[in-house]
Amino acid sequence: MLSDQDRIFTNLYGLHSPGLEAAKKRGAWDGTKFLLEMGRDWIIEEMKASGLRGRGGAGFPTGLKWSFMPKKSDGRPHYLVVNADESEPGTCKDREIMRHDPHLLIEGCMLASFAMGAHACYVYIRGEYVAEKHALQKAVDEAYEARLVGQDNVHGYPFDIYVHHGAGAYICGEETALLESLEGKKGMPRLKPPFPANMGLYGCPTTVNNVESIAVAGTILRRGGAWFAGLGGKNNTGTKLFCVSGHVNKPCNVEEELGITFRELVDRHCGGMRGGWDNLLCSIPGGSSVPLVPAEQIIDAKMDFDTLRGLGSGLGTAAVIVLDKSTDIVEAITRISYFYKHESCGQCTPCREGTGWMWRVLTRMAHGRAQKREIDMLFEVTKQIEGHTICALGDAAAWPVQGLIRHFRPEIEKRIDRYTANPHTDPVPMAAE
Amino acid sequence: MTKILVDGIEVDVPAEYTLLQACEVAGAEIPRFCFHERLSIAGNCRMCLVELKGAPKPVASCAYAVKDCRPGPNGEPPEVLTRSGGTKKAREGVMEFLLINHPLDCPICDQGGHCDLQDQAMAYGVDSTRYKENKRAVEEKYIGPLVRTAMNRCIHCTRCVRFLAEVAGVPDLGAIGRGEDMEITSYLEQAMGSELQGNVADLCPVGALVHKPQSYNVRPWELSKTESIDVMDAVGSAIRVDARGREVMQIEPRVNEDINEEWISDKTRHAVDGLRVQRLDRPFLRENGRLRPASWGEAFQAIANKIKGTDLKRIGAVVGDLAAVEEVFALKQLMVGLGTAHLDCRQAGPGLDPALGRAAYTFNPTIPGIEQADAILLVGTNPRLEASLLNVRIRKRWRMAPLAVGLIGEPADLTYPHVQIGAGPESLAALARGEHSFLEALKAAQHPLIVVGESAANQPGVLAAAASLAQAVGAVTPEWNGFGILHNAAARVGALDLGFVPGEGGLDFTGIVGGGVDVLFNLGADECEIAPGPFVIYQGTHGDRGAQRADVILPGAAYTEKNATYVNTEGRVQMTNRAGFPPGDAREDWAILRALSDVLGHKLGYDSLTALRRALYAEHPHFAALGAVAQSDVAGAIEQLASRSGEGARGAFASPVRDFYLTNPIARASRVLAECSSLARGRALEAAE
Repeated sequence: MLSDQDRIFTNLYGLHSPGLEAAKKRGAWDGTKFLLEMGRDWIIEEMKASGLRGRGGAGFPTGLKWSFMPKKSDGRPHYLVVNADESEPGTCKDREIMRHDPHLLIEGCMLASFAMGAHACYVYIRGEYVAEKHALQKAVDEAYEARLVGQDNVHGYPFDIYVHHGAGAYICGEETALLESLEGKKGMPRLKPPFPANMGLYGCPTTVNNVESIAVAGTILRRGGAWFAGLGGKNNTGTKLFCVSGHVNKPCNVEEELGITFRELVDRHCGGMRGGWDNLLCSIPGGSSVPLVPAEQIIDAKMDFDTLRGLGSGLGTAAVIVLDKSTDIVEAITRISYFYKHESCGQCTPCREGTGWMWRVLTRMAHGRAQKREIDMLFEVTKQIEGHTICALGDAAAWPVQGLIRHFRPEIEKRIDRYTANPHTDPVPMAAE
Repeated sequence: MTKILVDGIEVDVPAEYTLLQACEVAGAEIPRFCFHERLSIAGNCRMCLVELKGAPKPVASCAYAVKDCRPGPNGEPPEVLTRSGGTKKAREGVMEFLLINHPLDCPICDQGGHCDLQDQAMAYGVDSTRYKENKRAVEEKYIGPLVRTAMNRCIHCTRCVRFLAEVAGVPDLGAIGRGEDMEITSYLEQAMGSELQGNVADLCPVGALVHKPQSYNVRPWELSKTESIDVMDAVGSAIRVDARGREVMQIEPRVNEDINEEWISDKTRHAVDGLRVQRLDRPFLRENGRLRPASWGEAFQAIANKIKGTDLKRIGAVVGDLAAVEEVFALKQLMVGLGTAHLDCRQAGPGLDPALGRAAYTFNPTIPGIEQADAILLVGTNPRLEASLLNVRIRKRWRMAPLAVGLIGEPADLTYPHVQIGAGPESLAALARGEHSFLEALKAAQHPLIVVGESAANQPGVLAAAASLAQAVGAVTPEWNGFGILHNAAARVGALDLGFVPGEGGLDFTGIVGGGVDVLFNLGADECEIAPGPFVIYQGTHGDRGAQRADVILPGAAYTEKNATYVNTEGRVQMTNRAGFPPGDAREDWAILRALSDVLGHKLGYDSLTALRRALYAEHPHFAALGAVAQSDVAGAIEQLASRSGEGARGAFASPVRDFYLTNPIARASRVLAECSSLARGRALEAAE
């Protein structure tokens, strides 16, 4: 249980003003100049010491990522790009940061940019986040007015921050597709290598970070990497915004320590499971792209990167989707599958062709109109997609289906049996929705 | 150089190589659809996946550089597995995905037999499908008169999009929609606006884009393939002529790095149907104002009778744009034998003088040399129309690194940015005086290049002005030949090499066709007006302008019907090969001249093509060096050109190509090119509005 003193996002629920004055009272922009004076290396070392892992889903150590940027510019400018294209179904943490604590983000941008020698930062906001764009832009304007950022600012490090509004495509949350989109091109992922740290935005060294990873940087530096590392468990340090949705009594966003158990997270913050713990079917613990974990495995599992990976899933963005026994799980995964089919950019073959195939087979399976051997075939198709694509969308589309087959094969078989046993034209009764 | 293991074979390759290149060095074959050597890397088909030891997942070998591979834990070279189970499984998976939405219509698909997907499905496909859903249906698109679409077959490799955007330089194709709904389209269903659009059908690895004029006409295995040379412009692209029986069915590009790389223009490709119609297939004689079919004997006798009664000094001969070196040589020997000096091959005008040396009328930097140029001045030429593939080289050079291009002449869309300096000779003079900042760019350049169009060269004083400008900016040094004439007729350089120009006291082209002679021998000159009066003997292939103003017609062979030598604008000697026979009674041109010479009593001394060539090579040894550009004294020629001060011309330059698609009798006979021409005219009108 995270104590209130250790919370980073103290205005997560918007109880106070998001404005500059209020944010300053909550600690933002406190001693930023001093932090900058500690130097680039100190900042990066401190971030490494904090053990902060990227909050966008992949969990790559943030300090290490910053250290990949060239130490000296070869004449090309460096850029920081903040990925606020938060489109993963179930995830809504960045939204709250931009609405209610935007100054933490702006300060983080300044610190991170300084640490990687960037004088410009772009925040790429997802197309649907119109209010958030206005909120962040307002905060940026405030910061400019107070000369906290800008060419001639009180910190003595010329720095500009630009808010860019996307057009609303899930794939633009992939870092290289985001860069393409930011450059004005079609949002299609680039081939890697070269990685953005070497050839990123406009061909210049670029780091792309999630909003949350950047927004926590100021507090981490102020309170020291050791403080952050002291929270959570080994290799899974610090606090994290969890977005709990689904069949809990009170779905919520909450900042918690990594490593809190699923049971505690739901009981303490969400008013418990709808219908009691016996009613839990499974959970998708990290946003729609990770495989589901059945009740008996998730219920007492620690919510952190390594434990969930051990369960064949992942922490992802910590968007915990809770499903109770009223859920038609095949239909639910079919819906997720449709999402990936719809959002596939169409650039590379396995994802373009495979996502539609998976969705179509699952649609039939949800009705039982399938053969049992097709379950194995479907699993094989997911394996043919996974790891063979340019970006991770192929993996993200394959994993939920793999999770379904791994844990709920009997459910699919039951439906097929039921359908074959009733070869009439009337609609087959569906599970309650 | 970096060492890398490919299937256990160690190869040493440059670090910038991609894994695909490294694998090819090691002799491993990598299947691919989207990758093409001359286009940017897309890496989207995923067919070239290989296992890389130490990498968590298979990598796309077309896009992964050798330098990005990590060595093993003890410094062993990185290891690539192209035949491992994992690699095979990955490729089979990709192949299955490509096939699930690909229609099974190979029996009616024009690509059948030369389809990459078909070939690779043999290696990586399975015999039955596991995909039980409905296949995707995609609407056909209209993308022009030359390329037919069957979009159900598209595998989204985007080669066509990349070709048009990168090589052809027009943004006419793109992909709309995303995911499985992505479609390749010309957005508004307009025809592609490129003179190279046919190449997209060649690039298409499946049957989604096929050549419309030949559709449902041919199967690749029925064709006999003959390697040859194109004569539609003076570039001399390498082509392959595919014939079925005696009929030429299609023309495809051949790789020639020095000239066309592997592209050809639409005119080159689609003039094919012009070879079948309007052909002169027997001799004709004009009697009572009308042409009537005749036998060879009658035709020759009529000529002999006419010449008998004519002053030999009043005989003239002109050569058109498509004549090969052999027949020009024979014609010159015949005319000189008859004793006339009225010879000319310069249908476009009398500006070029072979007496100044070869460098005064060829494109001296050579086409591959363009890639070294760092500032280019185009004088009175639109290379996109006059020599499309040379324009592709300029664009390629511009894509490599910043390139200053200046244009004096008609404003044109050259597919790369350029500075419009002016319209005519006065602008050239002003540039030379330093009144335009482009002079600085030329002076600053290491390898400045000045290209003079043939029509500009024919305006008095322009060649001299351009040559002195070339001297002033240091365009000609011992290492660099930065001065070139851009021709647009395939025959011109060869005929100039032979010296087919007026002898002492001889009339020039305009003089000869303007009524200065009593008997005119016209070897395929169709782009001129012949004045009433002289008795005209026309030798050519098509019933075009020249044939209409003829008193005797001798039917000759087109370029696909004879073994003949052509010299391109660079001065590169190349040879065509016969892919079929001339129609009807038509004969190879040198043989006609040889037979005629016998009748006229000035028998030429060769009875076979070999003997003719022996005589030709004895007189002009450089014709024997096929594929080569003979060295010539560029500096000397430039100096002579520059010293010819003359009255400066006025008025704007005009490109000699008024209509790209209809520049010669073969092209004018083609229905396909006529359609292209009318579309292009429509586009021009639309643009003008």
